[in-house]
Amino acid sequence: MELFQAIANMTAASFAQHMVNGISLGSLYALIAIGYTMVYGILLMINFAHADIVMMACYFAFFGITAFHIPWYLTFIGTIIATALLGVTIERSAYRPLRDAPKNSVLISAIGASFLLENLANYIFSGRPMNFPEIPFLSSIITVGSIKIQAICLFIPVVTVICLCILLHIVNHTKTGMAMRAVSKDYEIARVMGVNIDNIISITFAIGSALAAVGAIMWGIRYPGITPYLGVMPGLKCFIAAVVGGIGNIKGAVIGGFILGMGEILIVAFFPQFSGYRDAFAFIVLILILFYKPTGLLGEKTTEKV
Amino acid sequence: MIRTVLRTEHVTMQFGGVIAVNDLNIVVKEHEIIALIGPNGAGKTTAFNDITGVYTPTKGRVIYTKTNGQEIDITGKKPSEIAQLGIARTFQNIRLFKDLSVYENVLIAKHLHLKSNFVSATFRLPGYKKEEEAMRADVERLLKEVKLWDVRNEKASSLPYGKQRYLEIVRALATEPQLLLLDEPAAGMNPKETAELTDFIRQIRDRFKLTIFMIEHHMDLVMEISDRIYVLDFGTTIATGDPAAIQNNERVIKAYLGEDEDA
Amino acid sequence: MNHNKRNIMLTLAALVVLFGLACFVQAEVDSYIRRIVNLCLIYAIIGLSMNVTNGFAGQFSLGQAGFMAIGAYMVGIFTVPVELRADVFYAIPMNPHLVNVYMPLWMALILGGVLAAGIAGLIGTPVLRLRGDYLAIATLGFSEIIRIIITNATSITNGALGIKNIPPLNDVRYIFLATAISYVLITLLLNSSYGRAFKAIREDEIAAEAMGINLFYHKNLAFMVSAFFAGIGGGLYGALLGTVDPKNFLFTLTYNFLLIIVLGGMGSVTGSMFGAIIVTAGLEYLRVFDEPLELMGVAIPLFRPGLRMVVFSILLMICVLFWRHGIMGTNELTWEKIIHFVKHPLAGFRKKGVQGK
Repeated sequence: MELFQAIANMTAASFAQHMVNGISLGSLYALIAIGYTMVYGILLMINFAHADIVMMACYFAFFGITAFHIPWYLTFIGTIIATALLGVTIERSAYRPLRDAPKNSVLISAIGASFLLENLANYIFSGRPMNFPEIPFLSSIITVGSIKIQAICLFIPVVTVICLCILLHIVNHTKTGMAMRAVSKDYEIARVMGVNIDNIISITFAIGSALAAVGAIMWGIRYPGITPYLGVMPGLKCFIAAVVGGIGNIKGAVIGGFILGMGEILIVAFFPQFSGYRDAFAFIVLILILFYKPTGLLGEKTTEKV
Repeated sequence: MIRTVLRTEHVTMQFGGVIAVNDLNIVVKEHEIIALIGPNGAGKTTAFNDITGVYTPTKGRVIYTKTNGQEIDITGKKPSEIAQLGIARTFQNIRLFKDLSVYENVLIAKHLHLKSNFVSATFRLPGYKKEEEAMRADVERLLKEVKLWDVRNEKASSLPYGKQRYLEIVRALATEPQLLLLDEPAAGMNPKETAELTDFIRQIRDRFKLTIFMIEHHMDLVMEISDRIYVLDFGTTIATGDPAAIQNNERVIKAYLGEDEDA
Repeated sequence: MNHNKRNIMLTLAALVVLFGLACFVQAEVDSYIRRIVNLCLIYAIIGLSMNVTNGFAGQFSLGQAGFMAIGAYMVGIFTVPVELRADVFYAIPMNPHLVNVYMPLWMALILGGVLAAGIAGLIGTPVLRLRGDYLAIATLGFSEIIRIIITNATSITNGALGIKNIPPLNDVRYIFLATAISYVLITLLLNSSYGRAFKAIREDEIAAEAMGINLFYHKNLAFMVSAFFAGIGGGLYGALLGTVDPKNFLFTLTYNFLLIIVLGGMGSVTGSMFGAIIVTAGLEYLRVFDEPLELMGVAIPLFRPGLRMVVFSILLMICVLFWRHGIMGTNELTWEKIIHFVKHPLAGFRKKGVQGK
């Protein structure tokens, strides 16, 4: 068995190294997946542009630090706000006009919005990869024994957990959160009950995009080469993570994110000969989950009314 | 002896903790008109969905007898297979092919009998051509008979509501069923229209040698036309019998008390 | 029936005239325009193929780029002259079973189509149970998996280096014939009982199933037919470029065809043809946006590479937001309409005028 041999050949140190990598990648996926799952829960659509919101956030942070020389911590706060505004703007201009249109039109509009953001970034920032600036301490490498870890890897899971706690508090214990849950449970009834649907949708996009910005900043520090298409692959994988966890379910998205992140890293670690296929892993998981448990790990069963 | 066309044996349907249909035992015999009635939410449409394969019952069996007398268990079969065996249906909230013409709506229902494969169809081989001509002739005859021929090129969704109900029935007839399930055919119709529909249902039963099983709320229609009635309440059969017996049944009256019959 | 015969004659006549036009373009027009015409024709095939699933069967699939890649690589693998293969596969030699197998272009095209259809059949089994967005993301995923496999199967596909030295095809007549045949076959299928079944599924799956239409069979059929023609189109695309490379088949390529069918009308064959012409010609025309522009001696700074695609994606958005049904909606341009128009060119206006009174 190749697997056992691979494990046997692996030292404890390199195993720990892979685990750290897996957990940090999983956390990043989780943060981005939350945005997909929240939007899907309310509007029943894949926000294709979410991936490109992540990309834009990377550029915001990049230019804030390198071009405008704003201190990095202020830049990060600014980036989060700007990204949230961007998310809301996309919702208002590309999705809101199609609220009563057939689902396929909304889907095409989402693809169009994503495509537009990529092309816009390509035009404004050029297609050449740019190097995300080094952040004091966070970008540095820590050495523990024979393991070398970038400091940000230790922060990513912590930040993710904090964000998740804040989000769950908002969703479960505030009036806005209650309204969000109501809209995702039954759009029409929530409307009749006097929930301001448009506001709730805007807030959802703002929160989802803000989390994406947090993820994007850490992504930039961790994987510094930024291009207009950097969001595409992670975006697809994070949507898959949301499906795996059960679409519409925040905790599910986090679990899904971890499964995909860890899986991807571990495949490369144990089966280096398949490393060329690492991007295919997520899609295979998607097909499997849709085949065996289409509602995802934590999803509720729904049946179409006849 | 009259042949049994459809029989459900202890059919039960559970959604999570809710039992929508509980131990349903229905017998439908050849050429009968059977009505399934009951207050809203009694599980009538769920029963239909169990029979037509939209749902698979949690428990129990659905047994169907083909015209040649062969009995088959259709529990859990696909809706398309069940339609091919000769059970056609209409829907409570009209499900026409909205953007297609009246003519196409009915012509599509003929597709299930097509024997030519898609290659033969693409190249218009003689076998396919013959079948296509026969299908078109059938549809023309059917549409003329029910007086929808003049509107054949209209979009289905542009027809007035009452005509849409008729079109849905005609589309079901085009599949050449033995058993026709009608889900609230008179919903939204006024008394005059309901009376016309009553005649229509009788006519098609005789003309096409059908057996009819329907869900209906209009009691005048049900009482006039049905050979037997099953009454459901909260998923359970509370009464069965001919119209006179049902009208005087204490439990039925109680179940309907305070309920708007036309709701 | 009489009308039917007349329409067939008219269609044949139109094809002959267009073929004459193709011959003219081939003989008289410069290679730049010829290339655009060829690209138009190829995009028309692929747009049509995408319309079969997305417009007619109502199954939103985004896998076209993957199926094109299969077709293109069949052409790449089998039509490069045997003696040139060592040059192409200079890093890792070509698989010994394949290195001496040569096929003429037409055979490689059909093989590519068949292989694409076969793979679509395999993919379709799990994927076509999904609806709407899920189907979109799953097909997109498969399109990427196909690309990833191609990138990694180095001894067959030359991996990321791509395959060069494909005998370039720049013959408008050849490509026109391929497009004409595809158009006729797809139209015949869509106008048959099977095509009606596709439309029924698009309109209402549950009702279609209740009318005895086997969803799985018909969705799969539409998916495979679509993949077949996408494979053919991809093969022609590879032959036109003279080189294939995994990067040519990123899933963003599929968006071009999405725009074609949205613009032309989802569910309209003639609409796809118009869409293909407008999008291909438009993309070429938009190239001015990528060139530096000087107005009265002042360089306009906005015009630089990348602007073309920005304009392109804005057009897509405008089309979706304000013009959802595209040029044709689900209607077709029929001979009846053309004849009516020729006979009464002003009928439409006159009618409105009367109503105005």
